[in-house]
Amino acid sequence: MAYDDYVTPSSVEEAVAALASLRGAGRIISGGTDLILQLQHREREASCLIDVTTIRGLSEIKRDGSFVIVGAAATFAQLERHPIIRGQAPVLAQAASWVGSPQIRNVGTLAGNVVNAQPAADGSIALLALDAEAEIANLTGRQWVPLSSLFVSPGVSRVDATMEMITAFRFRPQASLEGSAFERFARRKALALPLINVGVRVQLDADRSRARAVRIAIGPVAPVPFRACEAEKALLDRELDEAAVREAAAAAALESKPRSSLLRAGKEYRVELVRVLTQRALSRAIQSARG
Amino acid sequence: MANTQTLRMVVNGEQVELEITPSDTLAMVLRERLGLTGTKIGCEEGECGACTVLVDGLPVNSCLYPAVKAQDRSIRTVEGLSKNGELHPLQRSFVEHGAVQCGYCTPGILLSAVALLEQNPHPTDDEIRRALSGNLCRCTGYLKIIEAIQAVAASQ
Repeated sequence: MAYDDYVTPSSVEEAVAALASLRGAGRIISGGTDLILQLQHREREASCLIDVTTIRGLSEIKRDGSFVIVGAAATFAQLERHPIIRGQAPVLAQAASWVGSPQIRNVGTLAGNVVNAQPAADGSIALLALDAEAEIANLTGRQWVPLSSLFVSPGVSRVDATMEMITAFRFRPQASLEGSAFERFARRKALALPLINVGVRVQLDADRSRARAVRIAIGPVAPVPFRACEAEKALLDRELDEAAVREAAAAAALESKPRSSLLRAGKEYRVELVRVLTQRALSRAIQSARG
Repeated sequence: MANTQTLRMVVNGEQVELEITPSDTLAMVLRERLGLTGTKIGCEEGECGACTVLVDGLPVNSCLYPAVKAQDRSIRTVEGLSKNGELHPLQRSFVEHGAVQCGYCTPGILLSAVALLEQNPHPTDDEIRRALSGNLCRCTGYLKIIEAIQAVAASQ
């Protein structure tokens, strides 16, 4: 493997300073379940890895005022079990439970998943459905930015892991009249890339019949995690019955552009999966919002 | 020449300290520096689970795990399962149930099963399947493995 040095800073400030002093030759490592392979295959280069997983508080999951805060180094195993995530962001708990295998979930982190910038990343799809923000730390300080602004193209994040790092994610907890759900289809039930994954979050009005807000995130149907805005619109200002859900799912299938892929499946099949999985996710989220 | 770093960790209950290069994986250190070749190298991509060891009680793929991450942590490998020359109950049950064929996946599967039963002493078959979902076995078809684990769960 390429790197010569591996350091474990004890604070975010120390990590960012170490990156700055390495002038692009350093790189943040979190769980490393993707990065170690990328380094072995020479898809990414670094002379020094800066491991942020032992920074105090960075893997914490907590409520803070009106937000749920998920530390960047929280693992998928933590997310799938944590009562706050299971209760207040089920879409994220469900997505986390699908990632890799138990061995991967014990090590892989949410920030690693996001910075790796794959359009199919289960963590990113769930966070997009939750309308999450990420806190980025670099030499100029810390800043909250919308998750949706972080993706450039497959494998390329707006977060430059040679110069900056994600420290946390935040989103509004699911309140009453809200529901969320994650659906995924893959060749097998573990250790398999999703052919399609869908995360949704729904907020109902007081009489539980109409949607006040809907977010639908789908992967991998575009170069970046995709938000199905037409499908979302199809659900607003109308009775949320089966027909509405069917029409929204059809709209999602129409606006998604999956490609035919030897790894995944043909595009016609995958478009149909978008329709079916969106319908299932919406139905479950609406049902849970109705309580 | 790459730098070296001092790695201190507990392996199967014993404190060890050794100089490693930063790019060493835990699997490599266990096998080639400590001679613990029970941990197998399979796919080297985190897909097969043959390299599974427990880090602070949690199964990880040691082939993808930088050895530096094991600093001050407790590692368990298949060599640490037997006590005073007696097989671990899971090991004995695997033998009795014919849950071992070629044996290459067995160390990893045993460790995933140890971690499962420590967290969940009486799992359902589905919970066992999920706990083993990161361990591939190309011989047994898994049924004997599930029976072997259930037998231990029933006896405790």
